Amino acid sequence: MIQHKSSNSSSKGWLTRLRSGLSKSSRLLIDGIGELFTKHRLDKVTLKELEELLITADLGVETAVKLTGNLACKKFKNDLTSAEIRIALAEDIVEILDPVAQPLRPFGHKPFVVLAVGVNGSGKTTTLGKLACQWTSEGMSVMLAACDTFRAAAVEQLKIWGERAQVPVIDKPYGSDAAALAFDALLKAKATASDVLMIDTAGRLQNKTQLMEELAKLVRVIKKQDDTAPHATVLVLDGTVGQNAHVQTQVFREMVNVTGLIITKLDGSSRGGVVVSLAQSVGLPMHAVGVGEGEDDLHSFDARVFAHSLMGISE
Amino acid sequence: MVNVFNGKLLLGDDMFGRLSERIGSVFNRLKQRRKLNESDVLSVISEVRVALLDADVSLPVVNLLLERVRKRAIGREVISAVSSGQMMIKIIYDELVAVLGSDKQSINLDYAAPVSIMMVGLQGSGKTTTAAKLAKRFVNQDHKKVIMASLDTTRPAAREQLRTLGEQIGVDTLPIIHEETSIATAKRAINTAKLQGYEVLILDTAGRTSINDLLMTEAKLVKDLVNPHEVLLVADALTGQDAVNTAANFNERVGVTGVILTRVDGDSRGGAFLSMRNVTGKPIKGIGVGEKVNDLEDFHPERIASRILGMGDIVSLVEKASQTIEAKEAENISDRMLKGAFTLEDMAYQFRQLRNLGGLGSVIGFLPGMSKLQKQLTSANIDDKQLKRQEAIISSMTRTERINPQIINVSRKRRIAQGSGTDVGDINRLLKTYTEMAKIMKKFGKLGSKGVINALIDDNNPLLNKDAMLHMPSAIDSDYSRLHNNRK
Repeated sequence: MIQHKSSNSSSKGWLTRLRSGLSKSSRLLIDGIGELFTKHRLDKVTLKELEELLITADLGVETAVKLTGNLACKKFKNDLTSAEIRIALAEDIVEILDPVAQPLRPFGHKPFVVLAVGVNGSGKTTTLGKLACQWTSEGMSVMLAACDTFRAAAVEQLKIWGERAQVPVIDKPYGSDAAALAFDALLKAKATASDVLMIDTAGRLQNKTQLMEELAKLVRVIKKQDDTAPHATVLVLDGTVGQNAHVQTQVFREMVNVTGLIITKLDGSSRGGVVVSLAQSVGLPMHAVGVGEGEDDLHSFDARVFAHSLMGISE
Repeated sequence: MVNVFNGKLLLGDDMFGRLSERIGSVFNRLKQRRKLNESDVLSVISEVRVALLDADVSLPVVNLLLERVRKRAIGREVISAVSSGQMMIKIIYDELVAVLGSDKQSINLDYAAPVSIMMVGLQGSGKTTTAAKLAKRFVNQDHKKVIMASLDTTRPAAREQLRTLGEQIGVDTLPIIHEETSIATAKRAINTAKLQGYEVLILDTAGRTSINDLLMTEAKLVKDLVNPHEVLLVADALTGQDAVNTAANFNERVGVTGVILTRVDGDSRGGAFLSMRNVTGKPIKGIGVGEKVNDLEDFHPERIASRILGMGDIVSLVEKASQTIEAKEAENISDRMLKGAFTLEDMAYQFRQLRNLGGLGSVIGFLPGMSKLQKQLTSANIDDKQLKRQEAIISSMTRTERINPQIINVSRKRRIAQGSGTDVGDINRLLKTYTEMAKIMKKFGKLGSKGVINALIDDNNPLLNKDAMLHMPSAIDSDYSRLHNNRK
């Protein structure tokens, strides 16, 4: 049997894993840059090609243009090595990412209500499961609310995470009203004096107006009990997503006032460059990155680590 | 007919405007010429390049596509009935279709039973839901005896998810044995299928990143063991540039026979279609268009190409509408429409249907010339709440008033306004819209269904010559001369 538990490899260190994941995926990018700059001077054609290389890393046209523009201003007259280019690009990316790298800390309210939203399959349940494990191990009392009453076995999935983290999971039968469940869960979280209540919701595409309104209703219902809640509304983005991430962020933000982002599945071949363009265009806090399916595979977003990994620079 | 609404539409954004809009602005700058010259073609190509990249088409695929467009476009004569821009659309459209694959292929079940189908893909791409959708289709359309088995021992409750879906659609699933390895489950699945006379076996597997050596090897092991007739790569239509890596890795490491794209009902711009199809060279064998078990459709390259170009997925809309609207009711309405007898009741019904289709937001994506239409709607402030409000007004009328709106006098208007929580101005606006709609409906009656679609297209959109557009999906070059002749 082939075992697949990335949490076993925590001795390897998550930095290494993030980097090895990212470096695999950024190899093409690096090779491309290397090829460009051993062959050519940094002329307009080269910059154009560099711009496209950044685009292929999902950075998006606008960010790619900005980054290459910066590069052109700074270094246009020098003969640059590939390594110098990478460092220069990484520095600019750190500059963009640094202001948004803000970990999610559930303090200031009790219970601190976290709402996870996002499109289908982005990794909401897994992300909440990981957060529950982490915060429980830090000594907080956590409660989970399985408000994805639509997808088959979504409740069961969260319950298994609840067992792993040893926290209670509030649920109702398939097809129940998600808002009512959230309301009840908040009552219970208050009654049991929980530190954190995390609400998992059903995945929905942002262009499904009715489903988006359902989500807005859930928030309104929570506010009837605590008008400061939810204290964090986290949009979970799939790391393989392309430029549609911008529309997702925009619409979820308009509907439920998203307060931060978590980007998942960055252990794959996706380059996660959309993170950079999102930071530039939206500026929402980036709380964490998901790099695997184990309990420990969720880490605070670190601008420097991310930028350097993306550019294949070893620390 | 759109100016009665207030409120806000959650769509459209200049910075990330549709591909069609971007291409449109380039084409509008093109001068009318008899032949497409190199500088025109190259200027279009460099803009389209950025637009395609921004639409998440992978770079190598963009290059390939544009090279083909360049070769075909330079020096081409522009038929006098069409503009240079339309000529370029036609060329790009043809190449898009060519890259997407003009061969429509569905899943062939005509093999010795059990025919096995293996689903592979990244985490969260929609494998399990798609497995159930396929199973339902095989049972209902192909009348096969189907069993599903989940080999996903990684994700919590993944196997329970497949079992629950199986219960919902009345398809058997392999009993779950905890602690069993995926290879052992695969063996048990084949044996069960053989011994119990199942005709189709669908194997759902765990999501895996395509660079995870261990899991990719495992997938290959399962494949070698099962020797499936189909290995379907399930991929998210929202995928960005990584589509090309995912497709290449799965194809090389495991070997796939086809691709199914999911979340096509989202508002992604379809770049993943081009990338996946091109990199694997394998046909797209289905598209997921919703969360329900019926929401699986055949892939039509022409439609996706049209959608990418902003010509609208007219056929899809009509199909979807025909599924949603109860056939009988629709027949009644169209009968009345053809006679020009369009009542307020019909209008209320249409509002309801519009909402049932998934709200204005999801319908607009299907419509041709939508980027401009969308802006109009945004500026006219339409949203679904407004639709509901219009319905409320109509609901506050008596049946007689709905059938004979001309009897609605001031006192009746006051009563209706009170009943619906609106004011007389709202009633007037609704009645004005109704009059306009009734007029249009009369015209529809004369034009037939194509006329309906024409009426939806923005007259001011220079990209969309109505006649050319209606013929575009099936157009071959000779159609242009035919169109031209028709005009003479």
